[in-house]
Amino acid sequence: MADELMIEAEGLEKRYGSTHALAGVDFSVPAGTILGLLGPNGAGKTTAVRILTTLALPDAGRGTVAGFDVVKQPGEVRRHIGVAAQDATLDPLLTGRQNLVLVGELSDMGRAASRDRAGELLDQFELADAADRVLKGYSGGMRRRLDLAASLMTRPPVLFLDEPTTGLDPTSRQRVWEAIRELLGEGVTVLLTTQYLEEADALAHRIVVVDHGRVIADGTPTELKEASRSAHLEVTLTEPHPDAVAAVAPLVAGQVHVLGDGRRLSAAVDAAPGLATSVVRALDTAGVLVDNIEVRQPSLDDVFFSLTGGHIEVDDVEEVVDGAAGVDGEDGDDGRESGDTAAGDGDGHPRLEGARA
Amino acid sequence: MTITTLTPTVRTTGRPRSSGRLFGPVADTWAMTRRNLVHISREPMQLSDVTIQPLLFTVLFVFIFGGAIPIPGGGSYVDFLLAGILALNLVTSTMGTAVGLSTDLHEGMIDRFRTLPMWRSAVLVGRSMADLLTSFLCALIVGVTGLAVGWRPGANYVSIVGGFALVLFFAYAVSWVAACVGLNSKSPESAASFGFIVLFPMTFVSNAMVPTQHMPGWLQAIATWNPVSAVVAGTRVLWGNPNPSGTIKAWPMQHPIEAALIWSVLILAVAGPLAAHFFRRRTTE
Repeated sequence: MADELMIEAEGLEKRYGSTHALAGVDFSVPAGTILGLLGPNGAGKTTAVRILTTLALPDAGRGTVAGFDVVKQPGEVRRHIGVAAQDATLDPLLTGRQNLVLVGELSDMGRAASRDRAGELLDQFELADAADRVLKGYSGGMRRRLDLAASLMTRPPVLFLDEPTTGLDPTSRQRVWEAIRELLGEGVTVLLTTQYLEEADALAHRIVVVDHGRVIADGTPTELKEASRSAHLEVTLTEPHPDAVAAVAPLVAGQVHVLGDGRRLSAAVDAAPGLATSVVRALDTAGVLVDNIEVRQPSLDDVFFSLTGGHIEVDDVEEVVDGAAGVDGEDGDDGRESGDTAAGDGDGHPRLEGARA
Repeated sequence: MTITTLTPTVRTTGRPRSSGRLFGPVADTWAMTRRNLVHISREPMQLSDVTIQPLLFTVLFVFIFGGAIPIPGGGSYVDFLLAGILALNLVTSTMGTAVGLSTDLHEGMIDRFRTLPMWRSAVLVGRSMADLLTSFLCALIVGVTGLAVGWRPGANYVSIVGGFALVLFFAYAVSWVAACVGLNSKSPESAASFGFIVLFPMTFVSNAMVPTQHMPGWLQAIATWNPVSAVVAGTRVLWGNPNPSGTIKAWPMQHPIEAALIWSVLILAVAGPLAAHFFRRRTTE
């Protein structure tokens, strides 16, 4: 039973006008697990979710949810899913409770059962105090929690969460994460889309990376990290030196970035035995004094960059490097260790943007 | 951070179809109707076009035009006017259907509805039901205001109710035209323009406010065959109020009740399925 696939996508294709939103996407989600669909904006994540939740028809390919074909048996699919979409899909003029009850009634639960379940979920998501307020007065985090609650009204076995934490502050994000983890304990199968590597890493059993409508990687978070050969080199010099970049350049995979006050060098490298020794030797030969050197294993960010050529959307190169999630840094001054407030887009998170040059 | 130690109790079954409740589409339509009524209670200004407007129009027309417009064949202007003012208010309020549907489709909520195992057309029919209920309120306000300013029907109760029903049925048919407009409009604002571009001219170029006898020949021809004229004339007949159009020889003016019913059924038969078609088209991608 546990090996049963609750969500399957085979060769899904979708065009919107001249845009190939999905160009043949395959993935599957075994029962009781979370799949993280990871990619930059416009990668095709939402399109895939829209097809699997019967909101859009695929131009080619096949999708099944809970064993039902999304095109041929949309009614049965809808009977088995809960959806928390990216846009607010709740009625702003109803109260939180009225929204949940409406969803329940329209799901054929009956009024009394809908009321009971709504009360339960409002308590669970700490929305009981706001339950009878009109949605207009809800904060972004409250709306997301209510959206999640709405998707759970019918206790669906399959859940689609389209960027459930985009735009949320770190505290609200943590609460949504906790809620998702609790669901897993109940045996729900989840397809989660996200632009946050950290989120996929924290929640998903498997990650499918999509870009330009194609799957470019598929594996467990650990497998993906291992699959990427690229490691990261950081060198701190005693003082800036004009020959330092030239000395290191032949040993690294890409460009050498000079950071901060000119004392720090940063570059992607192919992990190789004795790399640190080679770097120190090269710098020593060039007459450069080294204070510190570090070769670190790839984070999911690195994996993502090497796969998509993407970049984190921040305006400072220094933060790009420091913002890598889950990095063991030793400089205490740049907030690298502070978890999900590392670097980012204003709400404290690195956000992926595909390179669209 | 990855969760690896989970031993999920797999849930693979969906919710069983519940039995013994209201027939699915009926229950869904009722739920959607109630939702739309809650909307009105949240934003009472939405109701102004079926509450304040009819009150205002009735009073204004009676006191401003009342003395200036002679009724061919005699009778008081207020007795002549009331059927017309009822048609004006009910027909123009169908604009609300266009705006409401357009709003529904532009909010993310429609996506939520489409992922639920509900009868999809309940979005459409629920809107139409809620608007019909507000139409009843509108008709009541026009009737009461009319009585207050001197309107006196000269017929039995059944006939009077029949007069109200004739206009309500016609307005209901027109609301499906409005639904088609709302389903095709790019925004709620552009849906609202339907009222000013179509509905207001349609009710004014008719016998609703003034006898058509003084209109230029070509305009009179339009007014004679305007469905609104048949509806208003039919209601005047049913209410036992003055109906100067009765002297016009064209068939719809000689048989206004039949003409009003035929128009309403025709409009409904065309606009209803068309709205369903537009709705399917708008909600398929």
